[in-house]
Amino acid sequence: MSEKTDYEAGLGSNALKNPQRIVFITKKTSAKVKGDVGKQLMSYPHVILREAIAFQLLVIAMVLVALLWDAPLEQLANPLLTPNPAKAPWYFLGLQELLHYFPPLVAGIIIPTLVVVGLIVIPYFNVNIQGKPLWATNPAGRLRVVIATLAALVIVLSVFRAWTVLVPTFVIGGLLLFSYPAPSGDRNSGQFLGSRPISWWVMTWFIVVALTLTLVGTFFRGPGWSWVWPWSSHGA
Amino acid sequence: MSTTPFNQTLDRLRDTRFWKSIFRRGPARTNRTRSLAIFGNIFLHILPVKVREKSLRARATYYLGSFSFFLFVVLSITGALLMLYYHPATPQAYRDMKDLRFVVSNGVFLRNLHRLAAQAMVLAVFWHMFHVFYRGGYRPPHEFNWVVGVVLLLLTLFLSYTGYLLPWDQLAFWAITVGTNIISAMPVLGKQVRFQLLGGNLVGENALLRFYVLHCVVLPLLAVVFIAVHFWRIQKDGGLTVPEDDERKN
Repeated sequence: MSEKTDYEAGLGSNALKNPQRIVFITKKTSAKVKGDVGKQLMSYPHVILREAIAFQLLVIAMVLVALLWDAPLEQLANPLLTPNPAKAPWYFLGLQELLHYFPPLVAGIIIPTLVVVGLIVIPYFNVNIQGKPLWATNPAGRLRVVIATLAALVIVLSVFRAWTVLVPTFVIGGLLLFSYPAPSGDRNSGQFLGSRPISWWVMTWFIVVALTLTLVGTFFRGPGWSWVWPWSSHGA
Repeated sequence: MSTTPFNQTLDRLRDTRFWKSIFRRGPARTNRTRSLAIFGNIFLHILPVKVREKSLRARATYYLGSFSFFLFVVLSITGALLMLYYHPATPQAYRDMKDLRFVVSNGVFLRNLHRLAAQAMVLAVFWHMFHVFYRGGYRPPHEFNWVVGVVLLLLTLFLSYTGYLLPWDQLAFWAITVGTNIISAMPVLGKQVRFQLLGGNLVGENALLRFYVLHCVVLPLLAVVFIAVHFWRIQKDGGLTVPEDDERKN
C-alpha cells in the first residue's frame, strides 16, 4: 500500500467544500442464501449435451411416425355440404362437448375465460404457495364447505344433464370425501390423498374433466352429437 | 480426454484462430471457458451458466419444456418448406395439398411431419404445464414465468388452430366454422370480433389469407419473443424449482 494515489481520503460535513464520496466496505454484507443449493454442474457441456440428445431422439421418433402415419386430407371445402357432426380440432372438442350442454355464452366464452384467468392467478394466492394439506386445519368446517360445494356442482350439472362432466366430478368428489381423516385417528388410509392441498384437488378435477370431455368428444360423438361407440359406427 | 484421432482433430480445430474468431474462446477445458461457452454465445446466453444437479434429473422435467421448444423448431423448419409450395387462396390452397401428395418430392412426408409435430406440441405444452403445476414450479419467484407459460399455451393453441384452416378441405373449413361461431356468443363485441378475424361473415378467401398471415408471421414472431422471455426468466429466477420432497430424498 505504499503506492502513491492521485486522490486522498478525508472527512467533512460540508458537501461544497469536500465533494468526494466515500464508500464504506464492511464485512458480512453478502445477501443471505437460504439453504444449501446442493451440487451444481456447468451448463456447458452437461445441459447442452442432454438437450442435443433429447432433440435427436425427438426428431428420429417424429420421422419414423411421419413415414407411417399420413396426415388426413378430405374433399375440397364446400360451404353447402355440412358434415354431421362438424367437429373442431381435438383440443377444442372438450369445449364443443360443453356447448352440447350449456348455452354458447357459458360454454364458449365464460368457462374458457374463467379457466385462463384461473390458471394465471394460481401463483398469486398464498393458499397455493404454502400448499398445506386440505384437512390440516379445521377439518370439520372444511368438510361442510366441501360437501356444500360438491352438492351445488352436482345439482347444476344434473339440471343441465351434463353427464360427461358429472361422472368425473363424482369420481374426484368421492376421492376427496374418502381422503377425509377418519375420526378414529386412523390416518393410514389414503395418506397420499389426505395430504394433498386444495390446489391439487381443483387442478386434478379440472384435468380429469377436460380429459373425459376431450375423449368423449373425439371418440364417442356421432351425427347430431349423439352418443356412438367408436367400434360400432361407420356413418360418422 | 482427447484420445481418439477425431477428438484430437477437434481440439486442434478449436485452437485455430478461425474457430476462436467465431466462438470467442478456445476449447472449453476450464470452468471459465465453459462459462464463456454459455454467456459468450448470443443463443445460449439466456441460459444459466450453472444448474443444480437435482434439476437435471429426468423426473424434474422429463424435458417437456425442451420438447415443446424442439417441436416449435421442427415446425418452423417444415413450415418454411411448406410455404414454398403453398398459396393462401381458394381453391388453389387445396390444389397445393394435392400437389404435395402427388407432385412434390417427399411432399407427403413434409406435411405429415408438420402436422404430427403440431399435434405433439399441443400435447407437450399441456403436459409441461401440468407437470410444472404438480412440481410446484409456479411458486415465488417463478410467478411471472408461469403467466408467460399460460400465454405460450394460448399462442400454441392459436397457432395450431390457424394452421388447421390452411389445407382448405372439408375438415379444415367446418372445424374453423364451428370454432369461430363460438366467438359470436361473446356479449356486445362477438359479431365484430368474428368479422375482424374472418375478414367477412363467412369462412372464405379473406379468412384463409388472415389465418395464413397469423399462422406464418404474427403468431410465430410472438411465440419467439415469449419463448425467449420464458427461458431467460428461468435463469433470472434462480433456476428450476426443486420440491422439498426431492431435496429430502437427495
